[in-house]
Amino acid sequence: MNQFLDDFGLSIMVFVPLITGLIIMLIPRAKEELIKQLALGSSLATLGWAILLTVRFDIDNASTLQFVVDTDWITAIGSRYIMGIDGLALPLILLTTLIVPLCIIYSFNHWPEPANPKSFLTLILILETGMLGTFVAQDLILFFVFFEVVLLPMYFMIGVWGGQNRRYASLKFFLYTLFGSALMLISFLALYFLADGTAAGLDVVNTFDMRALSDGATGAIARTSQLWIFAGMFLGFGVKVPIFPFHTWLPDAHTEAPTVGSVILAAVLLKLGTYGFVRIAIPILPEAASAWAPVIGVLAVIGIIYGALGCLAQKDLKRLIAFSSVAHMGFVMLGIATLTNIGITAAVFGMVAHGLITGMLFFLAGSIKERYHTLDMSKLGGLLTDAPRMGWVVAFCAMASLGLPGLAGFWGEFPVILASYSPAAILSESMFRTFMVIAAVGTVLAAGYLLWMLQKAAFGTAGGGSVDLTPGATPHNGDGDDHLPKANTAIKDTTKREWIAWAPLLVLILGLGVYPRLVHEVVEPATEKSLEINVGNIKYDCLELSPSSATDCFNEIRNRNG
Amino acid sequence: MTATIFAAAETSTEAAHQATGWFLDNIWILPLMPALSFFAILFLGKKMRCRGSDPGLLTTGLALAFSIAAGIQWLGSVGEGGTLPVVGEWKWYSAAGFDLSVGTLVDGLTIAMIFVVSLVSFLVHVYSTDYVKGDRRYTHYFAFLSLFTASMLLLVISNSTIQMIVAWELVGVCSFSLISHWWEDKSNSGAGLKAMLTNRVGDIGLLIGVAILFFAAGGTFSVLEINSLALSGGISHLVLLVAACALLAAVASKSGQFPLYTWLPDAMAGPTPVSALIHAATMVVAGVFLVARLYGVFFEGFAIAGSSINLLALIGAATTIFGATLAFAQTDIKRVLAYSTISQLGYMVMALGVGAWTAAIFHLFTHAFFKACLFLGSGSVSHAAGGTFDMRKMGGLKQHMPHTYKTFLIASLALAGVAPLAGFWSKDEILAGTGGWGIFGGTGGNGAYTLMIVMGLITTALTAAYMTRCVYMTFHGDYRGEGHPHESGKRIVVPLWVLAGLATVAGLVNLPKGFQLVPKSWTERFGHFIEPHGVTYFPKIEHATPSWTLGIFSIIVAGAGISLTVLYIKRKQQIAERTSQSKLASVGYNILVNKYYLDHLYSGIITKTVRGPLAAGVNRFDKTVIDGVVNAAGKTSVAAGNIIYNQIDQKIVDGLVNATAIQTEEAGEELRKIQTGKVQHYGSIMFASAIVFTLLIIIFI
Repeated sequence: MNQFLDDFGLSIMVFVPLITGLIIMLIPRAKEELIKQLALGSSLATLGWAILLTVRFDIDNASTLQFVVDTDWITAIGSRYIMGIDGLALPLILLTTLIVPLCIIYSFNHWPEPANPKSFLTLILILETGMLGTFVAQDLILFFVFFEVVLLPMYFMIGVWGGQNRRYASLKFFLYTLFGSALMLISFLALYFLADGTAAGLDVVNTFDMRALSDGATGAIARTSQLWIFAGMFLGFGVKVPIFPFHTWLPDAHTEAPTVGSVILAAVLLKLGTYGFVRIAIPILPEAASAWAPVIGVLAVIGIIYGALGCLAQKDLKRLIAFSSVAHMGFVMLGIATLTNIGITAAVFGMVAHGLITGMLFFLAGSIKERYHTLDMSKLGGLLTDAPRMGWVVAFCAMASLGLPGLAGFWGEFPVILASYSPAAILSESMFRTFMVIAAVGTVLAAGYLLWMLQKAAFGTAGGGSVDLTPGATPHNGDGDDHLPKANTAIKDTTKREWIAWAPLLVLILGLGVYPRLVHEVVEPATEKSLEINVGNIKYDCLELSPSSATDCFNEIRNRNG
Repeated sequence: MTATIFAAAETSTEAAHQATGWFLDNIWILPLMPALSFFAILFLGKKMRCRGSDPGLLTTGLALAFSIAAGIQWLGSVGEGGTLPVVGEWKWYSAAGFDLSVGTLVDGLTIAMIFVVSLVSFLVHVYSTDYVKGDRRYTHYFAFLSLFTASMLLLVISNSTIQMIVAWELVGVCSFSLISHWWEDKSNSGAGLKAMLTNRVGDIGLLIGVAILFFAAGGTFSVLEINSLALSGGISHLVLLVAACALLAAVASKSGQFPLYTWLPDAMAGPTPVSALIHAATMVVAGVFLVARLYGVFFEGFAIAGSSINLLALIGAATTIFGATLAFAQTDIKRVLAYSTISQLGYMVMALGVGAWTAAIFHLFTHAFFKACLFLGSGSVSHAAGGTFDMRKMGGLKQHMPHTYKTFLIASLALAGVAPLAGFWSKDEILAGTGGWGIFGGTGGNGAYTLMIVMGLITTALTAAYMTRCVYMTFHGDYRGEGHPHESGKRIVVPLWVLAGLATVAGLVNLPKGFQLVPKSWTERFGHFIEPHGVTYFPKIEHATPSWTLGIFSIIVAGAGISLTVLYIKRKQQIAERTSQSKLASVGYNILVNKYYLDHLYSGIITKTVRGPLAAGVNRFDKTVIDGVVNAAGKTSVAAGNIIYNQIDQKIVDGLVNATAIQTEEAGEELRKIQTGKVQHYGSIMFASAIVFTLLIIIFI
């Protein structure tokens, strides 16, 4: 069994959703029950399988790739079927396999218009395969294929089940990310041609093997070429994240997408981009990463402030949450740009936390829309009166999103601020300290838009009004209940279906906030390794040197290889 | 500076000795009790017969007993040569360069704080069972009281800065939700929002300050290590100065210091017991506590010893005057008390700024009692006066509610600094601690802060005056409100008397150094047990010996404040006429009514600009410029594509047209139909992109 898990565990996890999706396509649409059960069953099975793999995962060796498969795939171009997970991928895999069944549960008997569970579920399952595949792939072409597989189902999801402006939004999402990933593909090809696999112990020169590429195969590439290759990946991943100024597809896509689409988009899809940075861009091209880090840092802090200001201007609740993603992903990118262990570990934590919290917020937006038939914040209000439990969940999530310590969001924010105070030695300290201050200002703005959102949506009464209690006096007890607003009985409080879908997320938001170690412990060793520069068993610490000596260090690697 | 510390350490012959005791070792139980109560109330409260108040009462009562027990063990442990704190630490998470641990730190400061927090919290719980009886969110109210108590206790037993951040934010959230308790009224939730946002502004400083100290101390959050390193010269003065300034921002927001105090008067929108607990006795002193806890950093950073002015002392001194003057222009009794709290917090910060650490904590200690008493008293008054806090609708309540009146009067006198009540001793110790002796002829102190003693004395006069006005308007004269005022019930009156009793005697625990009327062993008891000595994490502080002149002078000042106010009230008519003729006086009055225009600056200008033009501008920029570029790029590509493809391959154009046609069909069609259409669409887009990339490659290479 263990041997079986090691050899086929990952492939099974990745492809079970896809295969189920294909089977569902063969089942006639009339057999809706069967389709639903099958989809839910398979997504739960995938989750179970992922948990099984986690149990088998050797946490003491979280920096080593585990469950590695490596077989021939497209021999003509030297692309191989290589899969494996380490501490960087594991949390994201668990996040993905958790979010998908929750999304299915949330939509159960509750399908977005036009109701078509069969195609809806098929798309979700295909999406899951794409997402999981991206996190496990260790070959650039395989990675690219999965990265692209994700696009199509999401495109349909927005385009078919979206809101008023769905066609524009879906097309924009599709083309924009495609544009980015095409540049990324060019970079991958350039790596293939320029890298030297033999330097990393392979018996071929040209390779897509990510393990070899991050293990010294790229050392000999000229600095200028490295910078260009990184630029391509930067655009590919950056659009997906999205980094300012490539973010404009995001608010449109989120606003138009059906609830579940938004949840998956926020919880997992955005992480494909940031994951690309920590998994591919930085370990494979550390020299270029250090050169690009200031740019990433600048764009990240612009994103933090800009996204927050964008939030303040929004009238639509969903659009506000979408803009908040720009700000939050800014924190993640800033953590990555510091090129430090603390920063990148925090970034990965931030990815998970953002997935949980923003996913939750989109669920809530969906449920609010269902009840009030609008997301216009000037028309909302009084949720705490009409549906107190849901109001509390909104308040809880808003607090988590603004980075309240004790909840998950904090551990993606504060350590990033910490890391920016002392970035990798190769980077300008004063520059990153400036970033730190700007990012800290961003936390105030975040509190601003979230609390105003809370005030508009949850407090007061519907229509943004408020009750004028005895003027000039603060009400001091319940005697005055008579003139307080009555709950709108047409509004149902959180249903059982919603609780089932949300409880795991809420528990995790609190759990990871109180005990961040669960994630840190797995991620940290892997982060450390991703920042190491190993060439043929020799460890270089170029990132930890001052800029001028770092140049010598990188040149030494180049000459060694050349 | 370092030299003197070491010298001081050498002179004490007896070695510092390690405090021990079960309660000190297991202090972590303390915040756990109310935390459990929070969850119990949250999940089961509505089903309980008491609707959630009992778990809170029980756990805060236990916490009080625990604190007293811990206090007794601590008193027994304090040695002559100094006492080492009891530290408990649990690894939370550790990795290269980033050590996270939770832990407890018990020293004199902790003991003083846990006593204040658990006592006031318990009394407020008792009081609340009557005060908010029948409230529509009774359960929720008690849940948050418990959570607050837990967080506040967690804060004061923290041994690491990161744990302090966690607790610091948690108390902030409790404050937010309790201020907005009656959120049906937008002004209440607005007040909550304002409190939280102002505190977030200060938190920028907290996050940055903690980050700076983390790296400066070689990658640790440990309070003891940071302090020791700061005091031994292990951290450069500049770094300490920057960190201290950053932390000062957090102190200013949490403890209502100039210029970030504006949220505190608005926070009175919350229920009155909450104002007593959170916005008078405990949470607002968190900033003072932070400075006291990281005193090594502040002491060195601001070079407190041997100086005559520094930012910390100046901010504190300015705050005392700002707060005290503003208290005059208020007609709402709670707002008078709120500004008074600001003013008194200013005293504490000023005391820390001049090096009078013990005086600051002593004042924190006494202030908690008399100010909580005043707030609870104002709640009792408001119950009697039909729910209003407007002093113009009160008056003459003296006859109707004797207990409330007496306790309120005692606490007011204590606040005003009338000997021998608690406030007199603690305030005078602060004045003495400034070391700005001049004509007063005392000795000692850490510097010569003459400006601070002057400002402190001015505030003494102001305090006496505004409290006289407040007491007079509320209790004397004729009743101006509606309904029939009545004395409150036992659960309100008993806590009032307990606090009034403490407000009377608490000052005796720290009789001044060199006080001739009592044996030497009776003086400075509080300082002896509370101030750390013989340890490396705390600076060696010079204690001042106050002079009789100063004590008598400050009593005269307070007396003058009281008498002049009484005189003014008696002859109000005439004076009012005279002031209304004076341009200067009316200008002054306008400034006070507008609260020095700080609110105008924050809400009217800064917040409005950020939320309004700035946010809208960014949004417009986003839509027109950034998205405009994207859309233009898209349109251009489509146009270019059309021209090129028309001439290259008719078939692909067909495909595009088909795809577009299918896309316009109603969504929700048979999947098969849609799918084939979209796949073609997909294919054509893929192809189009491939062309674009080929072009890009050609351009780049």
